[in-house]
Amino acid sequence: MADMTDTVTAPGSHAGPGARRFPSPLRAAPAPVRRLARHLGTLPFIAYVAIFLIVPLISIVIGAFQNPQTDAFTWSNVNIAVHGSYLHGFEQSLILSLLASVIPGVFGLLVAYAIFTATGRAAQFLRQSVITASGVFANFGGVPLAFLFIASFGSVALVTGWLGDIGLHIYNWGFSLYTLSGVTLVYMYFQIPLMVLIILPALEGLRPAWREAAENMGARTWQYWRYVGGPVLMPSFLSCLMLLFGSALAAYATAEALTSGTIPLTSIQIGSFLNGNVLAGQENVGKALSFGMVVIIAVLMTCYVLLQRRAAKWLR
Amino acid sequence: MLIAGVYFLLPLYAAFRFAGLSGFGDVFTTPGFGSSLWLSLRLAAVTWAISMVLMVPTTVYVHLRMPRMRRLLESVTILPIVIPPVVLIIGVLQVAPLALRASAWLLALEYVILALPFSYRALDAGLRSMDVKTLSEAAGSLGAGWLVTLWRVILPNMRTAVLSATILIVALVLGEFTMASLDLQQTFPAWIVLFDQENAQISVAASIFALFVTWIFLMLITVIATRQSRRTGGAEVTLFSVAPRQTIGN
Repeated sequence: MADMTDTVTAPGSHAGPGARRFPSPLRAAPAPVRRLARHLGTLPFIAYVAIFLIVPLISIVIGAFQNPQTDAFTWSNVNIAVHGSYLHGFEQSLILSLLASVIPGVFGLLVAYAIFTATGRAAQFLRQSVITASGVFANFGGVPLAFLFIASFGSVALVTGWLGDIGLHIYNWGFSLYTLSGVTLVYMYFQIPLMVLIILPALEGLRPAWREAAENMGARTWQYWRYVGGPVLMPSFLSCLMLLFGSALAAYATAEALTSGTIPLTSIQIGSFLNGNVLAGQENVGKALSFGMVVIIAVLMTCYVLLQRRAAKWLR
Repeated sequence: MLIAGVYFLLPLYAAFRFAGLSGFGDVFTTPGFGSSLWLSLRLAAVTWAISMVLMVPTTVYVHLRMPRMRRLLESVTILPIVIPPVVLIIGVLQVAPLALRASAWLLALEYVILALPFSYRALDAGLRSMDVKTLSEAAGSLGAGWLVTLWRVILPNMRTAVLSATILIVALVLGEFTMASLDLQQTFPAWIVLFDQENAQISVAASIFALFVTWIFLMLITVIATRQSRRTGGAEVTLFSVAPRQTIGN
C-alpha cells in the first residue's frame, strides 16, 4: 500500500472534468509518465503474482531442459516424459479429466438451472443453501473426500452393500473405486458444485425478455433452447468445461489418497518425483512432466479466454 | 435435484456410520491433533492477512482507475484453479531460498496464490454491488483523502465481501493437502492421512470433523452477513455472489 500513496491521485478521477478533487503530484508530468504511474497501483499485486506464481513456473520450464548434473541443455528429460509409462500417464490423465469435466458439467448445469428457475417461498431458501453448500463442497477436495467415498463405495462399504442387497453388484460390473470409473465418481463430488458456482452467472444473464419474445413469436420450448438459449449459453458452458477440465487435471490429493498410485496419473507421477522416488540422472523428468502439464493448461486457458470473449457478447 | 441431494449426502452418512461415535472421541485424544490443527489455523490466519492487504487495495484501485484491467485480472486470478499445485510446489521448492524452504510460512505465501480465484471474485462481487465511484466522489468532496475513503467509506461497505473471502480462504487452507504434504509440513489434512495407515476410523472421523467445522463457519458467516445486509436494506447474501449476476465467468 505504501507505494500507492504517491500514485493514487483521486478515486473517481475518471468521472469527467471537474471530478479531480485531490491534487496529484503527477499532474504536471507528461502523459506517458502519468499513464505508467497509473499502472503502479497494481504493482504490489503484479509483483506478488510474478514472484510466487510466474517465477516458479519459469524455473520448471528451464529445468525441464536441463541435465540435472551439469545444467547443460538437453532434450532427454522431455524425451523420457513423452514415452512409455509417462505417456500412458498423460493419456490416463486426459481421459479422466474429460470424463470428470463433461459428466459433472452436465449435472452441474441441470442443478444450477433447477435452482435458477425455482419459484415460490422456498425458492430463496433453496437457492441460498445450494449456493452455500456448493461453496463448501467445491473446496472439499482432497483427502477427507477420498475417505468419505472409501467408507461408502469401497468394496465392503455401506452403499456397495445396499446396492448388493437389491441385486446390483457394482463390483461385478467392472466398477471399482480405485480405477478410473471410481475416481471419476469421486471427482464429481467437487466438480458439480464448482460447475454450479461458475455457470450460475451465465444462466442469470439469460434475460426473461428473450424467452417472452420467443414465445410471442410462437416458439416452443425446444425451439427456444435450440435457437436462443442454447447458442447464447454455449460459449459460457464450454468455457466452464475448460475450467472443470483443468481442475480435474490439477487434482492430486484425492487420487493419491484413493489409489496410492495404482492408476498412472501425471500429477501423481510428478508427486512421486518430489517424494524422492527417482532414478539417478532422471531428476529433471518431473519438471519435464510439469512442463507438459503447463503446455496443456496453456492451451486450455487460451480456449477459455476466447470462449469467454464470445460469451461476453450476449451476457452482460 | 433429489438425485444430486442423495449423491452428496449419502457418502456423509456412510462415513458417519463407519466412524461411529467413539471415533469422534478418539480424534481429540490422538497425538498430533492439536499441533497440526494449530499449525493449519496459524497458516490460515497469515494467508488471510496477506490476501487482504494485497487484494483489497488492488481490487478497489482497479475498479476505480482501470476498469479495463478487470478482465485481465479475472483471467490471471483464475489461473490457480487450473495450475496443478503439484507443479507449482516443484517450482517453488526450486527457487525459494533455503531459509524459507525450511519454514512452514512458505506455504502461507503460496496459499495466497491458491486462494486468488476465491478472494478476488468475492471482493470483486462486493465492489460491484455498490456504487464505488459515487461513494468515493462523495467522500472526496467532503474532504477525505484516499486513505480515509478506503478505510472509512469503502471497507465498511465491503464487509460482506471481506467475510466471504475470509471464509473461502479459511476453507481452502484447512483442506489443502497437496502442497503441505510435498513440502513435508504436518498440517491438519496431512495429519489425517498419516493416521489412515494405522487407524482408518480416526481418519474418517477427523475428515468429517474437518468438513463440519468448515461448514459451520460458512453457515455462520452467511447468516451474519444476511442479517447485516437486511439491516442496511441490502439484498440476499450468498457466499459467492453478493451480486449474483456478476461473479465468476463473465
